[in-house]
Amino acid sequence: MATLQVELVAVEKMIWSGEASMVIARTTEGELGVLPGHAPLLGELAPGGVVRIRPESGDDLVVAAHGGFLSVTERGVSILAETAEISTDIDVERAREALRRAEQAGDDPEALAAARRAQSRLRAAGQDA
Amino acid sequence: MAASLRALRRRIRSTRSTKKIFSAQELIAGARIVRAQARVEASQPYAREITRVLSALAGSASLDHPLLSERPEPKRVAVLVITSDRGFAGSYNVNVLRRTEELLGLLRNEGKEPLVYVIGRKGETYYRFRDRPIEDSWTGFSEQPSYENAQEVGRTLIDAFTAGEDDADGDGGADGILGVDELHIVYTEFRSLLAQVPVAKRMAPLVVEEVDELGDGDGDGAASGQDQSGRSSEVPTSYEFEPSAEALLDALLPKYVTTRIYAALLESAASESASRRRAMKSASDNAEELAKNLSRQANQARQAGITQEISEIVGGADALVSSSSDY
Repeated sequence: MATLQVELVAVEKMIWSGEASMVIARTTEGELGVLPGHAPLLGELAPGGVVRIRPESGDDLVVAAHGGFLSVTERGVSILAETAEISTDIDVERAREALRRAEQAGDDPEALAAARRAQSRLRAAGQDA
Repeated sequence: MAASLRALRRRIRSTRSTKKIFSAQELIAGARIVRAQARVEASQPYAREITRVLSALAGSASLDHPLLSERPEPKRVAVLVITSDRGFAGSYNVNVLRRTEELLGLLRNEGKEPLVYVIGRKGETYYRFRDRPIEDSWTGFSEQPSYENAQEVGRTLIDAFTAGEDDADGDGGADGILGVDELHIVYTEFRSLLAQVPVAKRMAPLVVEEVDELGDGDGDGAASGQDQSGRSSEVPTSYEFEPSAEALLDALLPKYVTTRIYAALLESAASESASRRRAMKSASDNAEELAKNLSRQANQARQAGITQEISEIVGGADALVSSSSDY
């Protein structure tokens, strides 16, 4: 079966790259699944979103990606994010703490962005946000 | 004689201990270069991808975005200077500040009014000492910049740039804020361990050719960037956009500018450490040399003292012998 060449890059480093059979992401327009042979596409990921990368075998790789873009070309899929974390690396306690702090901090854009980041981390870790 | 010997010994001791400081600094800077280079390397996939995405977008969307279009009469111009927080880095800061002065002179000749934004304590001190206005400054991260720092700087600059869009002569326009019409950046490019070159670049308005040229400029991004553009010219890819291409461009361009600031910060950090290591290397070599010369002098002084003492004793004994024989 054909596979997708997936690259997940954050600003500070390349987080993950490899073969996958499917990528599920949510753009600002809605949920989206990418299978091999998908038409070229550029999308903006929804804030606080979660990206699932389904490898050929094994469990889904769930990633909290914040402030990013999705680009699908004939070569594969690249996910660009300002910050990205793989679910297994996420510290649920810390994310919860960050969310609490951000919610208390009020309405300024910084705090809202921090809250969204924390939410996406929690969601990726399979917790309620 | 004995006093000067003591003075010499004291100088040797102090030279030796400063030498220890210099070589410690040299080692630290050496370790930092490796780390800084690794971070430059690690940031390249993102820079490459975002450049590719932007090129793809630029091909499809109409290029009518404030960050892309030239303003008819640029008046106020922002210049971002990246310097270091600490000294002990040889000519690093001097070079980048000199390059800035050149750029400022050039801009003034073109009838524009440059506004200075500074990163790094050294640059801040430079302008403050000369009593020249600083529009804004950020300090404390020149050696280990993070993306948040770049975001902070980028936000300020892009806000100023956006505010400058509707400015009329000397008045803030519709939003009442005096903004800027161009963004420039002066930083130190890390060519190799031995060569760091201060460069000045314009960040906004972006030129579309610059987008291509940037792919080439990104070191090992060059190969794949060219490869990509070569391929896309064969088969023009028509992208689907989600949301619209214009909305994407809106979201992407500020990020792109931030990425460029971040890349400049990382390169500057690597250059700073490289300059510091070189400066500290020659400083510790000089200290070593000085200590050697001083101990030579000290030995001479000691020898001269001994010789003098001996001749005094011999002279004294002679005098005693001759006076007793006279008796």
